[in-house]
Amino acid sequence: MSTLEVRGLTKDYRLRQGLRGTALRAVDDVSFSLEPRRTVALVGQSGSGKSTIAKLLMQLERPTAGEIRLDGAPIERRGAGLARYRRTVQMVFQDPFASLNPYHSVGHHLERPIRLHHPGMSGAGVRRRVVELLERVRLTPAGEVARRRPHELSGGQRQRVAIARALAPEPGILVADEPVSMLDVSIRLGVLNLLATLQREEDLGVLYITHDLATARHFSDEILVLYRGQVVERGPADDVILRPRHDYTKTLAEAAPNPERRVGQARG
Amino acid sequence: MALTIQAAEPLGDSGAAYAGGRRRIAWPPMTAKLAAGLILGGLILLFGLIGPFLVQDPSRVNDLGLASPSGAHLLGTTQTGQDVLAQLAYATRGSLTIGAIVGLLTLLASAFFGVVGAYAGGWVDEVFSLVTNVMLVIPGLPLVIVISSYVPDKSLWLVALVLSITGWAGSARVLRGYTLSLRSRDYVLASRVAGEKRWRILAVEILPNLVPLLASQVVFAVIFAILGEAGLSYLGLGASGSFTWGTMLYYAQNGLALRLGAWWWFIPPGLLLALFGAALSLINFSIDEIINPKLRVRTRAERRGWRMSRQQLRQAGEATL
Amino acid sequence: MTVPEPVLTVTGLSIDYLVDPVVHAVRDVSFVLRRGEVLGLAGESGCGKSTLAYGIARLLKPPATITAGAAVFHPRDGEDVDWQQLDAGRLRAARWDQISMVFQGAMNSLNPVISIRAQMEDVFTAHRPAMGRRERRRRCAELLERVGVDPARLTAYPHELSGGMRQRVMIATAMALEPQLMIMDEPTTALDVVVQREILREITRLRDELGFAVLFITHDLPLLLEISDRIAVMRDGEVVELGDAVALYTEPKHDYTKRLLASFPSLTGERGAFLRQGLDERLLALDATSTPDPAREVTT
Repeated sequence: MSTLEVRGLTKDYRLRQGLRGTALRAVDDVSFSLEPRRTVALVGQSGSGKSTIAKLLMQLERPTAGEIRLDGAPIERRGAGLARYRRTVQMVFQDPFASLNPYHSVGHHLERPIRLHHPGMSGAGVRRRVVELLERVRLTPAGEVARRRPHELSGGQRQRVAIARALAPEPGILVADEPVSMLDVSIRLGVLNLLATLQREEDLGVLYITHDLATARHFSDEILVLYRGQVVERGPADDVILRPRHDYTKTLAEAAPNPERRVGQARG
Repeated sequence: MALTIQAAEPLGDSGAAYAGGRRRIAWPPMTAKLAAGLILGGLILLFGLIGPFLVQDPSRVNDLGLASPSGAHLLGTTQTGQDVLAQLAYATRGSLTIGAIVGLLTLLASAFFGVVGAYAGGWVDEVFSLVTNVMLVIPGLPLVIVISSYVPDKSLWLVALVLSITGWAGSARVLRGYTLSLRSRDYVLASRVAGEKRWRILAVEILPNLVPLLASQVVFAVIFAILGEAGLSYLGLGASGSFTWGTMLYYAQNGLALRLGAWWWFIPPGLLLALFGAALSLINFSIDEIINPKLRVRTRAERRGWRMSRQQLRQAGEATL
Repeated sequence: MTVPEPVLTVTGLSIDYLVDPVVHAVRDVSFVLRRGEVLGLAGESGCGKSTLAYGIARLLKPPATITAGAAVFHPRDGEDVDWQQLDAGRLRAARWDQISMVFQGAMNSLNPVISIRAQMEDVFTAHRPAMGRRERRRRCAELLERVGVDPARLTAYPHELSGGMRQRVMIATAMALEPQLMIMDEPTTALDVVVQREILREITRLRDELGFAVLFITHDLPLLLEISDRIAVMRDGEVVELGDAVALYTEPKHDYTKRLLASFPSLTGERGAFLRQGLDERLLALDATSTPDPAREVTT
C-alpha cells in the first residue's frame, strides 16, 4: 500500500524553430494525490497534457518544476531508489498492440518483471508466478496463453496481459493511460471491471487517464479536468459531471454523446 | 492483500504445462522468388566452397594458349594456358570470401554506429551521427585509389577492408532511423517502466525487431562488396595475386579476350557475377516483404490464395495472369 | 405525415472475401434508405459495416467480391440505377454525383502535397468539365463556408489544418456535386469530443438544408442515438436489428443490441455504476481465450 503525491508539477518542452525556440508548457502546476483503494481520473482531450503527466509519473521524463513524493519521501531517480520506485509504481499503456513486443511470448513478458524484482527466485517459482498472474486476469488456461505470442491474442486479451505485467512487481500505485480506448466496445467495461476488482484486492491507488467522461464518472472517486496542461476543475466524480462549475467542464459534458437528451425530447 | 506465492498449494495442469518461453525466429515465407534466390545463391556458394578441391591447378601454365572448351579443359584456357574452370572455382571462392568479410565488417560497424548511437541518444548519438555522415560524404573510389597507390601489393583482406570502410555508412544511417523509431515504441517504454537495464532492452527488445533490416543491409553490403571488388579489379586496383571474378575479367581484358573471341574466358566470371548478384537481390526482396508487410499484398503468392474465377478477376479490374 | 420515398434499396447483399477458407463479411443484408434520412450503422470492428459501405459504393478490392444481392439507387429524377451493373464510364460519372463518401481517417484521405483548393477543384474538373475556372473557385469557397471553414484557407495544405478542419474539408468535398446520398465511415472517430459535436451539428444542419440521405457508420452507439432517424445494428456480417433510433434505445429487441447498449455507461444516468461493485465474470467471458479469427483482420 503506497501513497503518491504530486505537487506543482510542471513540464516545458523546447520547440526548435531554426536557431530560436519557444517553450511549450505541456503541464502547468498540477497537484493531486493517489491513495490506496482510491481512483483519481484525469480527464482531458488530446493536447491537454494527460499523457505527459503519465510519463512524468513513470520517470520517463523529468519535470521542469514541482515535486513527486512516494510515501512522503521525494522520489529517487537512480540506483536502488529508482528500482524501488519502479517496483511500487506501474503503468498500463494505451495501445494493447504496441505495448507488447511481437517477438516474445506472453510468458516472457511476465517473467522479466518478476525476475527483476525477485532476483533470488528459482525458475520454477517464476513460472508459477506467471501462471498465477494470468489466472488473476482470468486468462486461462494459463499455461497455454503463456506460450502464445501477442498477435495470437485479441486486443482485450493483450490488454489483460499488460495489466498482469503491471501487477508482477506487486505495486502500490497503478497509472492506467487510456486502458480501454483502443479496445472493442463490448469488452471495455469487462476490462475496467477487472481493473476495479484488482484494485480492491491489491489495495492499489489508481490514476485513470481518459478522454471519456462517462467511464471516468463510474470508475473513479475523484475527477480532475485538464485543459491545456492546467487543472480547471476537480472534485468528487458525480459532482464534477452532474454539477460542473467551470465552462470547459460544462462544454465537455455537453459535447459528450448523451442519448438521454433525445429520449427526453421524444417523450415531450 | 498483496500477491503472495502459495508455494505449498498444489498446482493445476496449467502450472506444469508452462515450461518457459521459447523464442521463435520469423523466417520469410517461402515464395518462388525466395526459392530461386536461395537455390541459385546456394549452388554458386557450393561451387565456390567445393570447386577448388575438384579442379586442377589454376596457375599452371602450358602451351595451349586460348584454347576453346574441350575435354581436357571444360572451359578452355587463358592466354597463358591456364585452365579457366579451375580459375573460375578459385575466383568464386575469392569473391565470396571478400563478400563475407565485407558483410561482417559492415554489419559490425553499421550496427555499432547506427544502432548503439541511436539508442543511447544525447551526445553519443550526435557524435556517431557526425562520424557516419562524414564517412558517407567521403568519395569511395578516390579513397581506394589513394590507398592503392600506397600499397602496391594488395591482399584480399586489404581490399575487403577498404570496401568496408567506404560502405558501412549508408547502412548505419538506415539502421539509425529505424532504431530511433523503435526506441519510442510502447513495449520499449514498458520495459523501462518495469526496470530493465538499458543494455538488456537493446539486446532483448530492440535487436530482434531489427533482425530483418540488419539481414537486408548485410545482403546489400555483400552485393556491394562483390560488385565493387569486381569493378576495382577491372581497373587494376584489386587484389593482386588472388583469384576473384574481377581479376579474371581484368586479365581477360588485358589478354584481349573479347577481340580474339575467347568468350570462354570472360563470359563465365561475368555470368556468375551477375547471377550471384541477382540471387542475393531476390533474397533481399523477400526479406523486404517482412519489413514492409504492405509489399506482400499483391504478390503472386498472395493472389494464389484467392479463390476467384477469371471472370470475377476481370470484373474487378485485376490482371488475370 | 408521408413517408419519404426511398433513395437506396439494398436487397440481399452478400460480400465474401474469396480466400481459403472463404470469409463471409456481409451476409444477406437488406434495408431501405429513405430520402433525407440519417441511417446509422452500428457495430464493432470486424462486423462488416465498412465492407458493406465499400460494397455499395463499388470500392471493394479483391479478394472481396459481391456474391449476391443488389444496391439500387433511386435518383430524384430519372431511372433507377443498379450500381452493381454500371459499366466503368457510367460508374465514374455516377460516383460522387449520386453517392459520395467520407472515409475513415480523413487525415490520410487528403493528399499532403497538394493544396486544399486543388483537391476540391479536382472534383469539378472531373465531373463538370464545362465549368469555368472562376466558377469553380467560387463554388469551392462557397462549399467551405457551408461547412464552417474560412474560405481563405483554400490555399492551405492539409498539414496546416487541424483534424477537425480537415474533416470538414472532406465533408465539403463530398458535398460538392450535391449528391443525394452520403456514406460516412467513422468520420469523427479520431476527433476530440468537442470537435466531434461541432461536426455532427454541421452534418445535421446540412442535411436539413440540402435534403441528402446519410448512411452513418460508427461503433459509437450513443452518438448514433443522438443524430440518426433509424439505426441498424450489425454483427458478424448480419443486420441483427433495424428500427427507429429512440425505440431501439428504450426497447431494444435483440440480445446483441442490449449488450451493445449496456457497454456504454451513461453519463448522467445510472448505467455503468456496477463497475466497482464486484467482478462480473460474464463480461470477460465475451473476450474468451480462443485464438482470434485471422480472417477478422481482413474485414473492417
